Amino acid sequence: MTTYYTKDHEWIAVDGNTGTVGITDYAQSQLGDITFVELPPEGSAVKQGDAPCVVDSVKAASDVYAPVSGTVSDVNDALADAPELVNTDAESGGWLFRVTLADAGELGALMDRAAYDDYVKGL
Amino acid sequence: MRYLPLTPAERADMLRTIGAGSVDELFVDVPPEARLPGPIAGLPGHASEMAVERHMTRLAADNLSATQAPFFLGAGAYRHHIPASVDHLIQRGEFLTAYTPYQPEIAQGTLQVLFEFQTQVARLFGTDVANASMYDGSTACWEAIAMAGRITRRKTAVLSGGLHPHYTATATTMARFTGDQLATSLPELSATPDDSAVIAAIDGETSCVVVQYPDVLGRIPDLAAIAAAAQSQGALVIAVVTEPVALGLIEAPGKLGADIVVGEGQSLGVGLQFGGPYLGLFGCREKFVRQMPGRLAGQTVDADGKRGFVLTLSTREQHIRREKATSNICTNSGLCALAFSIHMTLLGGDGLARLARINHARARATAEALAKVPGVSVLNDAYVNEFTVTLPRDARDVVRELADYGVLGGVSLGRLYPEASGLHNALLVTATETTSDEDIHALATILEAILVDTHEGAPT
Repeated sequence: MTTYYTKDHEWIAVDGNTGTVGITDYAQSQLGDITFVELPPEGSAVKQGDAPCVVDSVKAASDVYAPVSGTVSDVNDALADAPELVNTDAESGGWLFRVTLADAGELGALMDRAAYDDYVKGL
Repeated sequence: MRYLPLTPAERADMLRTIGAGSVDELFVDVPPEARLPGPIAGLPGHASEMAVERHMTRLAADNLSATQAPFFLGAGAYRHHIPASVDHLIQRGEFLTAYTPYQPEIAQGTLQVLFEFQTQVARLFGTDVANASMYDGSTACWEAIAMAGRITRRKTAVLSGGLHPHYTATATTMARFTGDQLATSLPELSATPDDSAVIAAIDGETSCVVVQYPDVLGRIPDLAAIAAAAQSQGALVIAVVTEPVALGLIEAPGKLGADIVVGEGQSLGVGLQFGGPYLGLFGCREKFVRQMPGRLAGQTVDADGKRGFVLTLSTREQHIRREKATSNICTNSGLCALAFSIHMTLLGGDGLARLARINHARARATAEALAKVPGVSVLNDAYVNEFTVTLPRDARDVVRELADYGVLGGVSLGRLYPEASGLHNALLVTATETTSDEDIHALATILEAILVDTHEGAPT
């Protein structure tokens, strides 16, 4: 399993043909307390750069962009009752949705951990 | 003092900056037929304040107003008695604002009023939640259709033939810009509403069905049956209430399975006001609250544990979500909501039920008197305070002739549906607690005289 990062602070952990998507710990720390997550419907098609998901915090409502194109295969139902999981466990238990990849080549445009950490340091 | 502080040079400078040749160029998007070619011809010049006042008073004396005459108009705007205390209280400095609070938390009293208002609307409609109000009933209705589209991710709405045609027109205008498909129809002149046609129109692509309750002809649709049919297809039910007083007598739409309930709140506290400003009411199931448009006041506790009020779930709103907001509405009808809330508080639940029973009794007395007029028949099987009668000729002419005799006899369907000649002999008649026995007698006897001999002509 390899994890990739976007400039919009999403992560995607890819296992075979399936990617699990969330927001990074840096993103959650910037947003503050998460109060609600609007998840995409399972089975919906997303394109790289679409915003299928919204994270509401006490400060703002922020779009979450799809790091890759594909079909939403699963969403994190636990967030309905416990959106704060995105704060406490952003890069694992606070995942948002899973997507079946349409084109693994799209991953090439994303960053690895070291590149993302450098990117955040430069912000 | 100059009211327009810009100099011609400054105007020219501003036009140059935005790349427009003239001020008129800023209005090219307005269709030419809607524009005046120049100043209105024949307008008089200046006159003294006293002369203008005298002139306007003389013009106003030509009106026959709702307060001066036996009055049977309804169709979405109703004459009710508003207690004098409503006007007194809304003018208190602590309350008097037409707008939504923009620095909300410093206006705790305003927020508390909105919170109480929402509670009243939710109880009246039988919904889990209600917002702090919309512009009016028709825009609230469109917002509900748009909301149902967001929830179901479908783009086709079924609008019942019993929906007020102005509400249908508002939705049609808005749908032009969103790409929503609206299935609309005309009402049938039958004793019961067109429930079966509405149910037949629902399919797996339907986002919502919009049903007025009571409907535009005063009939009472079977919301529970429509809700069951909609639910089986994954469609939402939007109930539209143009006369909230009716809910003192018939079951709340939310209790009958409506997912979203919207309405016009003008009946309580607001008054006819020449057609506006009015008050949009909006309630829905709690699970849909994040897709709801408009503002929401919430109750909370402050740092010391004391009760306080906030605007809540603002992240749905335009000032935060920008173009992805649930609605462009970032405000509420503050003063009208306050008036509604005070009137409702004065009535209480029992008072509203009693008011509705009085309204119904006055309407029954009116219907019974009209049923005795030769050539007139009452259409409805059931109604609250508004019903439809059919006349032997065009109701629009009859309304005009009644007005010549000083009676405002109702709303002709020809006025509401100018294109549908099959409806033109029908007249919509409303009675409220303001309708006296003398009013009813005047309507029935003058109508009879007009219909017996139409060749006698209007009085001079």
